Amino acid sequence: MSIEVQTPRDGVPEILGRLAWTLIWGFARVFSIVALLAAWEILARSHTFTPFQLPALSAVLERIWSDAESGDLAINTALTLYRAMAGFLISAVGGVVVGMAMSRNAAANWFFDPIVSVGFPMPKIAFLPVVILWLGVYDTAKITIIVVDAIFPVIAATVIAIQGVERELIWSARNMGANNRQLLHQVILPAALPQIMTGLQVALPLSLIVAVVAEMLMGGYGLGGAMMQASRFANSTSVFAGIVEIAVIGYVLIKAMAIIRRRLLIWHPEANAPATA
Amino acid sequence: MTKTLIRYLPLLILALVWEMAARFEWVSTTALPPLTDVVRAWVELLLDGELLRNSASSLYRIGGGLGLSIVIGTVLGIGMAWWKPVNVLLAPIVEVFYPVPKSALIPVTVIWLGYGDGSKILLIFLGCMVPVTIGAFNGARASEQVMVWSARSMGAGKLRVLWDVVIPGAMPELLNGIRTALALSFILLVSSELVVAQKGFGFLIGSLGAGGSYDAMYAVVLTVAFLGFAADRAYLEIVRRTLAWRSVT
Repeated sequence: MSIEVQTPRDGVPEILGRLAWTLIWGFARVFSIVALLAAWEILARSHTFTPFQLPALSAVLERIWSDAESGDLAINTALTLYRAMAGFLISAVGGVVVGMAMSRNAAANWFFDPIVSVGFPMPKIAFLPVVILWLGVYDTAKITIIVVDAIFPVIAATVIAIQGVERELIWSARNMGANNRQLLHQVILPAALPQIMTGLQVALPLSLIVAVVAEMLMGGYGLGGAMMQASRFANSTSVFAGIVEIAVIGYVLIKAMAIIRRRLLIWHPEANAPATA
Repeated sequence: MTKTLIRYLPLLILALVWEMAARFEWVSTTALPPLTDVVRAWVELLLDGELLRNSASSLYRIGGGLGLSIVIGTVLGIGMAWWKPVNVLLAPIVEVFYPVPKSALIPVTVIWLGYGDGSKILLIFLGCMVPVTIGAFNGARASEQVMVWSARSMGAGKLRVLWDVVIPGAMPELLNGIRTALALSFILLVSSELVVAQKGFGFLIGSLGAGGSYDAMYAVVLTVAFLGFAADRAYLEIVRRTLAWRSVT
């Protein structure tokens, strides 16, 4: 446990200084993004590339706007999000359950350990055609392949996390009369939470990557499917619009995950540590 | 020996269940051809050279994309940790680019570089650069200040410190980033080849599946899965030797 250090009270100069710093830093943070976007627009307008190779940013934004107006954007985004999140949530719950079973039960560990250690590093996306063969091309198949890919990091992180819980914590809890259930809920799971969250933070982007690939291959609605459709008709503006849309979703989800982590682990020393990328 | 056998027994059991499920037709053999048929199909593919031809082009793409991403990603990451201006310029771009599901770039790389090797190498390069850069950055940033100061006070120049202190200190995190990149490179390779390609594993899987020879399709799927696994194990072994100088195992 670290002890809270009370920071000295701030005077006006400190506050102003911090404000100036925030402004400069904020500008520096967006500067290269703005420069990059500007370069995109200028490069596209200079006809160095054909509009097919590099449609102008303004044209891409216009396309996103018209997609939004026609309602396509909402449908595609909702479907992609639904599949990715369904797959992610199933992996999260299933992965934690399997991981917990493995650390508490020797038979479960014996059975799952080789499967996880061999299966984790495999590119499971290669099984996509097999999943199509079994389950067709609709939501069940898409969500299944997402789970197949995203569950492994969760299982592995859970097992490592529970192994890493300090023995002394468990002994003390036992000593104070905690039963198995209390031990699990009040000691082991909270202590293992940081590493489990790390596993979830690997599984989330993976769910999105796989969701997009699955949609590209299986077709139908969804952002990946829409991009594939557009690229078949050589509609590169829509392809770029798709990338921007998917990028925004990825950014929002991953930021949300980081915020949830900070919320859930507010009691943990890491909450005071400087954030890393 | 017995220990290994007991450890990997569950995999054998799964293989056995697979074989039985198919042989006794608990499930349709189209959906799940017997494992022995899959093995036979694998041998046939190997003998007529189909498998080797496509492996060669897939491995070439992984090698090219991953190699580029390791070199450039390491330089970027260490540069970001070492020179503040580089960090200010690049960190926002990395931060925005990091959460993009890289598979979304498949159609664009095809628009830019066509159906061949170029688009796959570009995709793998772009996707794998992110974990390598972040690994190198975190590793180099965390290099112990005391070590840097000691080296400086003993008269080491800036470049010397970079080469002798910062880069070795960044190694463990960097190597971890490269491991992530290795796994990602297989995912991106297979995805992009499944979506559009004229050779490679993904293409072979797709065309065998479309032709209805599912036992051969399974054979290629398992081959790719095994290669991904083997590459990871081989990489871990190399890392173990490279980091032998650190007393941590």
